[in-house]
Amino acid sequence: MAVQYKHEPGNLLRSEPNKLKAEQLRSEEMIINLGPQHPSTHGVLRLEALMDGEIIQEVIPHIGYLHRCFEKHAENLPYNQVIPFVDRLDYVASMNSEHAYAMGVERMLGIESQIPKRVEYIRVLVAELNRIASHFIAIGTYGMDIGAFTPFFWIMRDREHILRLLEWASGSRLLYNYIWIGGLYYDLPVGFEDRCREFVHYIKPKLVELEQLLIENTIFIDRTAKVGVLPLDLAINCGVTGPMLRASGLRYDLRRVDNYSVYPELDFDIPIGEGKMGDVGDCWDRTYVRYVEIHESLKIIEQCLGKLTGEYKRTRDFDPQALVPKKIRPKAQDLYVRAEIPKGELGFFFRADGRSDVPFRCKCRSCSFANLSVLQEMSKGILVADLIAIVGSIDLNIGELDR
Amino acid sequence: MFDIIVKIVKEASVHGEPETDELAFPKAIRIKAVDLLAVCNALYKNPEVYFDMLSCVTGIDNGPQTGTMEVAYNLYSIPFDLHLMLKVTVPRDEAKVESVSGIWRSADWHEREIFDMFGVHFNNHPDLRRILMPADWEGHPLRKDYKQQAYYRNIKLDY
Repeated sequence: MAVQYKHEPGNLLRSEPNKLKAEQLRSEEMIINLGPQHPSTHGVLRLEALMDGEIIQEVIPHIGYLHRCFEKHAENLPYNQVIPFVDRLDYVASMNSEHAYAMGVERMLGIESQIPKRVEYIRVLVAELNRIASHFIAIGTYGMDIGAFTPFFWIMRDREHILRLLEWASGSRLLYNYIWIGGLYYDLPVGFEDRCREFVHYIKPKLVELEQLLIENTIFIDRTAKVGVLPLDLAINCGVTGPMLRASGLRYDLRRVDNYSVYPELDFDIPIGEGKMGDVGDCWDRTYVRYVEIHESLKIIEQCLGKLTGEYKRTRDFDPQALVPKKIRPKAQDLYVRAEIPKGELGFFFRADGRSDVPFRCKCRSCSFANLSVLQEMSKGILVADLIAIVGSIDLNIGELDR
Repeated sequence: MFDIIVKIVKEASVHGEPETDELAFPKAIRIKAVDLLAVCNALYKNPEVYFDMLSCVTGIDNGPQTGTMEVAYNLYSIPFDLHLMLKVTVPRDEAKVESVSGIWRSADWHEREIFDMFGVHFNNHPDLRRILMPADWEGHPLRKDYKQQAYYRNIKLDY
């Protein structure tokens, strides 16, 4: 077949027109377009910036370039078949999204309290491993955005160990489909716990290196401290969650607030931004909170490994699929479930009609979506270089932003 | 605590009695669409509940048979750890809801998304444009009777 797409010069501007019109600008103002295809936009984010010289007057994000109709798909598929689509929301932290989704459907079915402890501990273990991988991406690519090239390679090397561990457990590197409704795809492979302990032992000195190389680097501090300060009241009003909200000084982590899964049995701290290098809620604080969260996740992993080799160790008759329902038909209800994924609060709104195996409505509340909406407020009167620093510090994931 | 919330909502809604739905999680209150702004203002400002965060806004199309659409607001109060689901029903052929983006700025983009996907019009919204779909797309994809256009820029959509 011939080329299908009918090219016309105005097509791009017709499908996503600029909000600002050139005629309305003053003579010293101009519109600069950033993205959608630029490495510093972490995917396909387009920013329309109104400039006066090098000072930004206004930034208007244009999103939707990676819209894959998650909600439409979810409304046409049985609950269990939606999980691979959930993986593709936040594709660098799939386990966390799966955990949230599975928890929501289990709550609708009323089997949440029956899930075996071993299954819950494995879920938390893999989710925290994935949280570390996601924070690695966040810190590494952020360093690259503002000119530090080496940390990215060091971090990719260390992240590879996590991906191999998760591949060993689930069979795939990024999109796992490992956490199922009511259980798991499979038990952990034999020897996983030992390899995981080795990894924890390996990664701890590397984190010290990372801190010395990037977090405490003078150039990095100069680029990020006192840049993009997000006041707490604005953050809450805009629905910002996750490390971004914590960096603004609020100790708010859904793992502690909602106490879901086995998190109440685990001991970990919630880091907040203290303005060590500048003001509370600046770009450096956001990166630092992520960095400290890696340490906290390692603490959780060690405790999970202790439980998985001690109290809830593997037995021959343990079947992680034992509780997986053959037919998922929740009774008619509305339910909103939320969980802490590395970027913030991931929520699912379900409406079940009680008559069918597919959700009547499944809405995904994505955290990157809410976190990005604050960019307009944060980027008034700053320089273009700082805009890149701010966009990087939000830790966007376009797959989750556009769904 | 839910009783206090219901009391506040009842005081603020003058155009009709709110209905409660205790089966929903979090517990839900259904109010008349004309009361939405007054109720939201009361919930936001009342020091007993202080719902300072709007987590999620969901549009729901009940289908052409029922002829109604719903908008569900998931509120959360950080200081008191309270959840609330607030629901309004609007007719399908004239879906209009007051925008709450003046109270919670997070509503801004969520309402744009609902406008994009369902065609619900939000009165007094600062910037009501499509957000995820292209600006020249026809129809609102998440409506239950949605039929997609045959061609977009000469690309056949039905594969």
